[in-house]
Amino acid sequence: MGLEEHLGDGILFTTLEKAVNWARKSSVWPFGFGLACCAIEMICTFASRFDLARFGMEVTRASPRQADLMIVSGRVSTKMAPVVRQLYEQMPEPKWVIAMGACASTGGVFNNYAIVQGVDKIVPVDIYVPGCPPRPEQLIEGIIKLHKKIEKESLKKKREL
Amino acid sequence: MNVEILKKTEKPETETMILNMGPHHPSTHGVLRVILELDGETIVKATPDIGFLHTGIEKTMENKTYNQVIPLTDRMDYVASLSNNLAYLLAVEKLLDIQAPPKAEFVRVILTELTRIASHLWWVGTHAHDIGAMTVLLYAVREREKLLDIFELVSGQRMMTSYFRIGGLAKDIPEEFEPKVREVLKTFPDKIEDYENLLTKNRIWLNRTVGVGTISAEDAIDLGVSGPVLRACGAEWDIRKSNPYSGYDEFAFDIPTGKNGDVYDRYLVRLEEMRQSLRIVNQALDGIPEGDFVERVPGVVLPPKEEVLSNIEALIFQFKLVVEGLSLHRITQR
Repeated sequence: MGLEEHLGDGILFTTLEKAVNWARKSSVWPFGFGLACCAIEMICTFASRFDLARFGMEVTRASPRQADLMIVSGRVSTKMAPVVRQLYEQMPEPKWVIAMGACASTGGVFNNYAIVQGVDKIVPVDIYVPGCPPRPEQLIEGIIKLHKKIEKESLKKKREL
Repeated sequence: MNVEILKKTEKPETETMILNMGPHHPSTHGVLRVILELDGETIVKATPDIGFLHTGIEKTMENKTYNQVIPLTDRMDYVASLSNNLAYLLAVEKLLDIQAPPKAEFVRVILTELTRIASHLWWVGTHAHDIGAMTVLLYAVREREKLLDIFELVSGQRMMTSYFRIGGLAKDIPEEFEPKVREVLKTFPDKIEDYENLLTKNRIWLNRTVGVGTISAEDAIDLGVSGPVLRACGAEWDIRKSNPYSGYDEFAFDIPTGKNGDVYDRYLVRLEEMRQSLRIVNQALDGIPEGDFVERVPGVVLPPKEEVLSNIEALIFQFKLVVEGLSLHRITQR
């Protein structure tokens, strides 16, 4: 396979960008952050049956300073919205956001005065996972989609939000 | 050495410290902010700040029809959605003066008791996790998944089932229902033993739960506390015994109570309640009667599909019910 054939074992050529993105997507640390019903399904995804450790994601971080991924799991009330925004800003770059479930994506069944109609009004969202609440398999599908997205990111260009 | 400084350190003057906890907190389940006043490591005052999950569910319900409200009740206490469904439906059925058929009552009892177990499992798991016993969470979630499988089997959804409807159930129980529940009845008692082995005599668990968060029975009643928290205070009060509904008076079960009203007693009460729930489920499963799964009150419950296609009255009822929704006024007038 090209140049690598003539080199010793264990030497491969790649671009820095690919290598960095590979490392980033292989161990995304999610923020241990639950809001409502979807948080229950999110915890189920982390726990015994679905075991998110298979995707290098078992380390949920309690502090936003150590987290890469915010999974907005549930309805965001107007009182909670500034908190979510602040937590997002406290996360270091690069960072990603998954809007888990109908409420985080669009407000869901709660089209009323109390609920922010989609968390993308306050933080930029990378992946929307539909469902009320989404099954753990659906969340895993969203995470795999996010991994694919991370693989294609550019190191130099700032991410378009 | 400066003697003055030494004297000061020997008798340190303490002052309290204010610490903000939440609304995002490492152990967050639901979002709550508590402003804590600490004296060393002891909390001397805690001021809660609520409303971070205020959803306006009642307001949303105001402009929905009676059937449309059922999915909203699922999302109120989302770890025990079937119990919420039942509470709401009992009220609606009382207003309409209709009674669910015996088969529906039995299935309702089985599923709400399984919901109680699932909810208690979630409590034990997350509480142990917060105290540092991660294993219990993984075990509890493992067993809860078995219960969610049953909910999914009957309704197609793991959590937000909306399986109970006005007058009975959304559809009949499938054949696999009984063997699946029997399997849980067979395997689950050993699992409760597992939790007991991990926690009941665990020194860290005891240190962090015994004497913590004590409420006296009088305070609990004054504050309107109910459920296992009240029973842990020693008050033997259970709505299933004192004001039976859905045929609970036909089943034999005990009400476990605690003595001290602390977190440890609440834990013991919940574990025993899981055992009692299994007892109820066992009796109910043995006695599921034959018959229809819903009381077919015209204008309240959707008519069977075959009738809709062959009978003009049934078609009109279906049409009116879907388009207009349930009108309490019209029903009570008839």
